Amino acid sequence: MQPIVSINNLDKVYDSGFCALSNINLDIQRGEIFALLGPNGAGKTTLISIICGIVNPGQGRVLVDGHDIVSDFRAARSLIGLVPQELFNEGFETVWSTVSFSRGLFGLAANPAHIEKVLRDLSLWDKRNTRIMELSGGMKRRVLIAKALSHEPRVLFLDEPTAGVDVELRREMWVMVRNLRDSGVTIILTTHYIEEAEEMADRIGVINRGEIILVEEKTALMKKLGKRQLRLQLQQPLALIPVELASFGLELDADGSELIYNFDTQKEHTGIADLLRKLDNHGIDFKDLQSSESSLEEIFVNLVKSNQEQNNPDRRKG
Amino acid sequence: MNIHAIRAIYRFEMARTWRTLLQSIASPVLSTSLYFVVFGSAIGSRMVAVDGISYGAFIVPGLIMLLLLTESISNASFGIFMPRYSGTLYEVLSAPVSVVEVLLGYVGAATTKSVILGLLVLATARLFVSFEIAHPLSMLMFLVLTAVSFSLFGFIIGIWADSFEKLQIIPMMVVMPLTFLGGTFYSISMLPPLWQTITLFNPVVYLISGFRWSFYGVADVSVAVSFAMTLVFLLVCLATVWWIFKTGYKLKN
Repeated sequence: MQPIVSINNLDKVYDSGFCALSNINLDIQRGEIFALLGPNGAGKTTLISIICGIVNPGQGRVLVDGHDIVSDFRAARSLIGLVPQELFNEGFETVWSTVSFSRGLFGLAANPAHIEKVLRDLSLWDKRNTRIMELSGGMKRRVLIAKALSHEPRVLFLDEPTAGVDVELRREMWVMVRNLRDSGVTIILTTHYIEEAEEMADRIGVINRGEIILVEEKTALMKKLGKRQLRLQLQQPLALIPVELASFGLELDADGSELIYNFDTQKEHTGIADLLRKLDNHGIDFKDLQSSESSLEEIFVNLVKSNQEQNNPDRRKG
Repeated sequence: MNIHAIRAIYRFEMARTWRTLLQSIASPVLSTSLYFVVFGSAIGSRMVAVDGISYGAFIVPGLIMLLLLTESISNASFGIFMPRYSGTLYEVLSAPVSVVEVLLGYVGAATTKSVILGLLVLATARLFVSFEIAHPLSMLMFLVLTAVSFSLFGFIIGIWADSFEKLQIIPMMVVMPLTFLGGTFYSISMLPPLWQTITLFNPVVYLISGFRWSFYGVADVSVAVSFAMTLVFLLVCLATVWWIFKTGYKLKN
């Protein structure tokens, strides 16, 4: 199936000479939730801004449902909804008028029933006649989402959608995003909260220094790059790991009271049963054991760190 | 053509006018009326006629033009500067709208406001001084053409300016002096020959002269030249706006 968003060899160098994006190639599939992760200044917002028409692209090509974002911008943009990172709002406008304005701007005739549905879904109906300046930060964030949904987009960009919102609203937004996905809307979100990507995304893309360094199914990524660890708390501290256990690659903590075993979940045999048997044979008893796996955050941090080590820090000045 | 978008922008801009009625309409009408009271009724009654027209009536076209230029620039520059300043312009930039549609929305609204103000001041002036309009259609044409041209100019200033100070510099430091020195309060034939020549480099002279001709049939420069100069200014502004959107100057980079 044709991807809903297709980015080919996209570059962006700002007038200042700063190279924000370099040779980006990325396909977003229909109906998925795609999380774009990256540290500050990695190029996430620039990439989204180019696709949405806010920033001029450099070299390369971007298609939205087959429509070129430059030569066929009307068709491409009419499919896109954008929720920006900052709380941009016209303070003197009412919720109803600003959301209705957005629908008109995207070329659609007034549809009070749809606007009402959007406002009700976002718990904004009671505030429809309230001026935006009188709303709380969380409510203003909802207004931005309502504006983006007012013209029934097929692709929704959420740039740091839950930045600065409380835990309750964040959870509500996650539910809303899943509901949108279930209705067929493709969601592309950038976030600093790895937990958010881990919770919601179907696929993860990692961008660093203007380059996409990885795109992977979330579950596959966590399987492939995630580590699982078994920690055994010993009855008696050990001074040294017996030579016969060297093949397990065990680590001993500083005071010798804990053995750490890293294993690969993708292998047919994790080696845990062998390890426990051999420990028993050597008379090494343990009082407790814990198994854990690395989070997406750890995977992300390791990826970005290794990417930065590989690259020359001065490379990006164009 | 994205008619819904044009309507949305236009209504949004006009709603701002109605929301701030005192500032948008009443204030400029009042301040211009004061000119008529002072220069028209009070001082004007003691001054000699200019080109056979009473002084009070002579300054009416110039004062309307002064209001038209300043309000067109102010309305249009503010209309586009505020979304840039507040960040809400992202929505217009990401919408399926062309340059023409954006202009019809923003500049159309600014022009409408200016024309309404111009006509209100014209009606107000009639309360203080007596005058006739010799060529009403030409008067209306100059009024609209000038409002469109200077709204476009204001739109350009609103994109160029990156602070409130810069937003005010061109209207206050350039347009206002050019209007005062462009024959608002006098005929350029009253100046010494050297200054008459220098004054011809002031584009506002052509606007005021053409506008005054439509009232009284007398002008400092040929009405055809006035019309041509207004059109040239309009085309220069249109070309500049087209270039801004093509390059993304101050908008997309």
